[in-house]
Amino acid sequence: MSTTTQPSTGTAGGGSGDDHHEIIHSSKRFGERLFTQLTKGSGIGILVILAAVATFLVGLSIPALTADVKDLPYGNFWSYVAPFAFGTVWAAALAMVMAVPVSLGIALFISHYAPKRMAQTLGYIIDLLAAVPSVVFGLWGINTLAPAVRPLFLWLNENLGWIPLFSGAVSGTGRTVLTAAIVLAVMVLPIITAITREVFLQTPRLHEEASLALGATKWEMIRQAVIPFGMPGIISASMLGLGRALGETMAVAMVLSPDDVINFRVLTSQNPNTIASNIALSFPEAYGLGVNQLIATGLVLFIITLAVNMTARWVIARRSEFSGAN
Amino acid sequence: MSKRIETKNLDIYYGKFHAVQNVNMTIEPRSVTAFIGSSGCGKSTVLRALNRMHEVINGAYVKGEVLLDGVNLYDKKVDPVRVRRQVGMVFQKPNPFPTMSIKENVLAGVRLNNARISGKQADELVESSLKGANLWNEVKDRLDNPGSGLSGGQQQRLVIARAIAVSPEVILMDEPCSALDPISTLAVEDLIQVLRDKYTVVIVTHNMQQAARVSDVTAFFNLEAQGKPGQLIEMGPTDKIFSNPEEKSTEDYITGRFG
Repeated sequence: MSTTTQPSTGTAGGGSGDDHHEIIHSSKRFGERLFTQLTKGSGIGILVILAAVATFLVGLSIPALTADVKDLPYGNFWSYVAPFAFGTVWAAALAMVMAVPVSLGIALFISHYAPKRMAQTLGYIIDLLAAVPSVVFGLWGINTLAPAVRPLFLWLNENLGWIPLFSGAVSGTGRTVLTAAIVLAVMVLPIITAITREVFLQTPRLHEEASLALGATKWEMIRQAVIPFGMPGIISASMLGLGRALGETMAVAMVLSPDDVINFRVLTSQNPNTIASNIALSFPEAYGLGVNQLIATGLVLFIITLAVNMTARWVIARRSEFSGAN
Repeated sequence: MSKRIETKNLDIYYGKFHAVQNVNMTIEPRSVTAFIGSSGCGKSTVLRALNRMHEVINGAYVKGEVLLDGVNLYDKKVDPVRVRRQVGMVFQKPNPFPTMSIKENVLAGVRLNNARISGKQADELVESSLKGANLWNEVKDRLDNPGSGLSGGQQQRLVIARAIAVSPEVILMDEPCSALDPISTLAVEDLIQVLRDKYTVVIVTHNMQQAARVSDVTAFFNLEAQGKPGQLIEMGPTDKIFSNPEEKSTEDYITGRFG
């Protein structure tokens, strides 16, 4: 034992001498400075890009917002954008209600229940789902999902029609806001699942064991240690998912048969369109101030997304002293 | 409120690795038993086998019997969740739940298994448990603050309060002071002296002075050689183990000749 100690003290002594020298000059290390500048550059870069997009949106929106109503091809801007803003939030909210619980379930299954090999396979499949382009989801929504959910819609309408949500005449095509929301849910599922799975795997072993040692069952351990610890991650993951759901264009544009209404009924053929989908559908035929008006709706989407994300940050920050980071 | 533990022909495995061989011991109620021995000799493993926490690790299993007042904890009909409610555990690093307040941490075990408890009962239990863990006076004005904001020693006592709040029969402690400063260590050692009156306490420690200070009985574990399973070498009254042990290897260990 003494033989192994001696050489190690020798190197430690030599090392500390070098360290002393390095500490004085460390600010001049090239690699260190390069790395600092690179990270700083990336940070500034994202701000510049964001500012550029915001400038573009605001700059091209102003003509539409300041013009006289009679010059605007789509009429008053606010009454024009209102149904789309509603539709965007409504479709995304419906999608989240479906996607978040399922995603958490899958993530927990992968992180805490599934046998190792199965968990890995499942992980790959989820990642694969994230790589499917939205136009494919759109085609699937029209050709497969919409006809398939019609019987379900009819059943919901017949048996739960007293709930305003499911009331009204059921759409003959099945291409309603609920169908679009299901497609959106499938699209955001991989994002939320992949992130929450990582977060759940990060739960300190110590906290899980603390819970088990108190006599918790596995499910109680998950509720007591895993989910609270992962809550900021769950919120962040949901926000990323929500961001995608709010901004998704192609799939919604393909699946939804839109109408110019604000309507909470999810089974009828009177469905509000979303902002992104409306821009995609209307842009090819837009001219003059119409283009500005469409871009202004894009600005509204930008603001909605920003507000949602800031709310989420605020929610996380409010609980930060209980996050376990200290 | 306190039960006798016996182990019979206890063999403990991590997958194919045979970690501990043939442990036979009796741990008396209302006493403090210390497990000592060099690193990797299986003392923590034995401790974790006493409340079925060993099997939580992937591939880990146990052969033989652990009897709690005559009931075999490894009987097929026994639910490990129930076992852990009776045999509480304190870990090496303090592990209060970071997302919970001090109060909620104390109640964490009580709230499990769908137990309902009134607000008044909860307050009383929090107070008595924290008093039982010698922590009440330090935290009584900030029960709603996060548990992770306390010092290491306070956190460790909070975790002990959490363990005694479910009124267990036995409290197992796995090197409870190894992450604490001397003053916090003293506070926890004082607490162990108090706990002895009500519970069966088993403590794993690397610190032989600590074993000598806090325990009534000491058990010495050792390996024959690296890679071989750990064994219980000798167990007896602490004074005797530290003054006049039967085995040569025990004497070598406590006099610091190895390990």
